[in-house]
Amino acid sequence: MKGKIVAFLLFFLMVQAAPLFAQEAGAAGKRGDLAVLGLALGAGLAVGVAAMGGGIGQGLATSSALEGIARNPSASDKIFTPMILGLALIESLVIYGLVIAFILQAKI
Amino acid sequence: MEHGITWAGLLLKPLNEVLASWGIDPEPADSALFVAVLLVALAYVGGRKFRQQAMVEPDGKVSLPFLMEMTVDKMLGFFSTIIHAHGGVRRVFPLLGAFALFILANNLLGLLPGFNPPTDQYNLTLALAAIVFVTAHYLGLKEHRWGYIKKFLGPLWWLAPLMLPIELVSHLVRPLSLSMRLFGNLTGDHQVLALFMALLPLGLPVPFMGLGLLVSILQSFIFVVLAAVYFQDALEHPH
Repeated sequence: MKGKIVAFLLFFLMVQAAPLFAQEAGAAGKRGDLAVLGLALGAGLAVGVAAMGGGIGQGLATSSALEGIARNPSASDKIFTPMILGLALIESLVIYGLVIAFILQAKI
Repeated sequence: MEHGITWAGLLLKPLNEVLASWGIDPEPADSALFVAVLLVALAYVGGRKFRQQAMVEPDGKVSLPFLMEMTVDKMLGFFSTIIHAHGGVRRVFPLLGAFALFILANNLLGLLPGFNPPTDQYNLTLALAAIVFVTAHYLGLKEHRWGYIKKFLGPLWWLAPLMLPIELVSHLVRPLSLSMRLFGNLTGDHQVLALFMALLPLGLPVPFMGLGLLVSILQSFIFVVLAAVYFQDALEHPH
């Protein structure tokens, strides 16, 4: 029973990869000016806007952590680890924007 | 695909030629294989003292077995604070420790000139995230059997039709976000480093190498902490 569940989960995951085989070859022709403008603007703004929100979010998280440390300096170790975890999770949203920028930039 | 020359590629040239003749692109896996062999060799040499005897006295010298013992001990203590479930830490600790050291070594490889960090291939990070996903659900199913579905239904029974799609989407997004976080951080970092090295190789890349060091360590830490949190979430009994 256990083996069957594991096998099913693995099969389910492998099926997820099937759409990758359905990709056609990328457009080899030249793109028009408007398309290039759109792609370039999109790539630039993706990171810019993502970084804006990410900066504010990380600032809020750090300020709360610092306030907690200022109230209770002996708890700084216990505050530090969740702060780093929170910062990395917020930063990951900015990184999604960066990945989209890379994808767009490769299509120019 | 056009890739540059890396040390690992030069080292493994015969293997690459064999793989290329079968139609497989060998470049992404070269550095990963190199790192894996290095880690296994390190573990073998460092652990030899512990395999020979059951109880080993510390002898006060800073040596490789001492460093490995410290690393394993600290990691086990750290994961014990995250995973409280009954008997859980010892089961998943080999996997989590292996992830931590493998991802850390892969990330740090990008700072050395002439190497590509293997984690800037989306294939590798997706594979690692898929392992975490399958393991988390396997652990949950083994622990709860059919009661595992109750976890997706939320605290109140009449909220279940709302909670189920939300929980499903959130569970499916986890491997995606894990893989993209690691991939994006490492690729972005390596590109920035490459850009500044092309600009002025003498002094300018130093702060970016410091940033790269920080990001490498932090990202491997985040990956295993999140993996441990997912395991704990799958293993714990709903209150």
